[in-house]
Amino acid sequence: MSLEELYREVILDHYRNPRNRAPVPNPDAKAEGVNPLCGDEVTVELSFDDGRVGAVAVRGQGCSISQSSGSMMSEAIKGRTLAEVRDLIARFKALMDIEGSLELDPDRPGAVLGDLEALQGVKRYPVRIKCAALPWTTLEQALDS
Amino acid sequence: MNVDLSHLRKDFPIFERRIGDHPNHFLDSAASSQKPIQVLEAMDRFARTNYANVHRGAYRLSVEATEAYEAARRRAASFIDASSPDEVVLCRGATTALNMVAHGWGGEHLRPGDRILLTLMEHHANVVPWQMVARRTGARLDHVPLTDEYHLDLEALERMLDDDVKVVAVTGMSNVLGTIPPIDRVVEAAHSVGAVTVVDGAQLVPHLGVNVRTLGADFVAFSAHKMLGPTGIGVLWGKMERLEEMEPFEGGGEMISDVQLHHATWAAIPHRFEAGTPPIIEAVGLTAALDYLDEVGMDNVAAHDRELTAYALSRLAEIPDVTVYGPPTVEGRGGVISFTLGDVHPHDLATILDERGVSVRAGHHCAKPLMRNLGVPATARASFYLYNTLEDVDALVDGLERAAALFGT
Repeated sequence: MSLEELYREVILDHYRNPRNRAPVPNPDAKAEGVNPLCGDEVTVELSFDDGRVGAVAVRGQGCSISQSSGSMMSEAIKGRTLAEVRDLIARFKALMDIEGSLELDPDRPGAVLGDLEALQGVKRYPVRIKCAALPWTTLEQALDS
Repeated sequence: MNVDLSHLRKDFPIFERRIGDHPNHFLDSAASSQKPIQVLEAMDRFARTNYANVHRGAYRLSVEATEAYEAARRRAASFIDASSPDEVVLCRGATTALNMVAHGWGGEHLRPGDRILLTLMEHHANVVPWQMVARRTGARLDHVPLTDEYHLDLEALERMLDDDVKVVAVTGMSNVLGTIPPIDRVVEAAHSVGAVTVVDGAQLVPHLGVNVRTLGADFVAFSAHKMLGPTGIGVLWGKMERLEEMEPFEGGGEMISDVQLHHATWAAIPHRFEAGTPPIIEAVGLTAALDYLDEVGMDNVAAHDRELTAYALSRLAEIPDVTVYGPPTVEGRGGVISFTLGDVHPHDLATILDERGVSVRAGHHCAKPLMRNLGVPATARASFYLYNTLEDVDALVDGLERAAALFGT
């Protein structure tokens, strides 16, 4: 696999033009994540509307992998139920080979990663998996809090 | 003066390995240096034939190990031209050395209202211990700023000095900017108000050497692993009268003269500062590293650094969108170059360069206050040592051009 496969167009696009950065007023869930080794930072804010993710904000600073992962995550979880968001987290971790793979019905909405699959090139760069995972672990913290 | 040290590369086994399909362009010696075979073999030989704990009475192996350990102290003293080996405290590294001074000297002598002057470009190892001691003693911390060209602002230093300043702790060479402040002038200014001067020599000593007698500072700290030696050993040098004012930072075996049930008295200097079993095999490695450096000649090491730095600065200037954080010329700067490339994050740069066999550090370099002052969350950093070549710089520049193309900067 080449660097071109790591730095796919869609990743660079989300890095340059991150989606859903505007703060969520009075969020129902919020968490801040930081990777102390490299200094990458991510803040996740969510509000739920009728059992589904209504507004979402993912902000931060860091490398193209952590920031594009956060941006794509923000799009992927919008409108999802809590259970679907949990599924998506599990699916993403499986994609990154974190905590093994998980059996999920591929037709469940939470199992469809879409653009996020562009991040699978990261797997070949073990130190960068933490970059890709940072927004997701932060999201988990927000949901658990 | 250009010096050709390329023949030394064969002494370093790590350069026999390739990084993927590429030669090993190691450009992270500011974090830790590679080790020559002479150091590795000296440690191996000692561990196989002479090893035992030190200062353990009459048996032959302990006598030999003690002699090897104390020889390292004498060797370090001669390398820095200390007045006496007793002024050399062997410890875990520069971080421990700076903690010893901060807690052992600062913790004893600082009072509420006293001031500690640091600079804005200190490594966390010369920041956090002073913060801890300031909190404990009520002393106040102030930071000498930098000029627009990333040199230490000496005029600001002189304005900030007053009789309340009891400690001036400054890096001998910034691990981020490469800046080499004029320590002699810092020391002179600090001593004019009676302040004790502490030099973080972690980068300075490996690259320029140091003569502690002409430098005039009160304390100098450095680590073996950044100067061809092993991890786990370093030096705190202090003027004898300052060491006499310092309390041991750690208690334990080796550092006592007598122990009663409720109190103990200390061993002589420097042993009172060396609690517990010291890094013995590492001390042998330190000796071998210093022998190696003296064989090459510190003047040659410094000249080689300078040549590579000048070449790298000129080549980096060819790449649009490269910003270098540090003095613009080799005057007053060493072989550490921090930079960014457009909006490509340094971690991405490090990954892309690694694909070309080029190892650079990316991040905050354990200098977060400085990074905030520079206004960047992270930089990439290339740093040189005696085994690096112009080809390493070329590989760096090629890699950056590749990154620029990939990211379309």
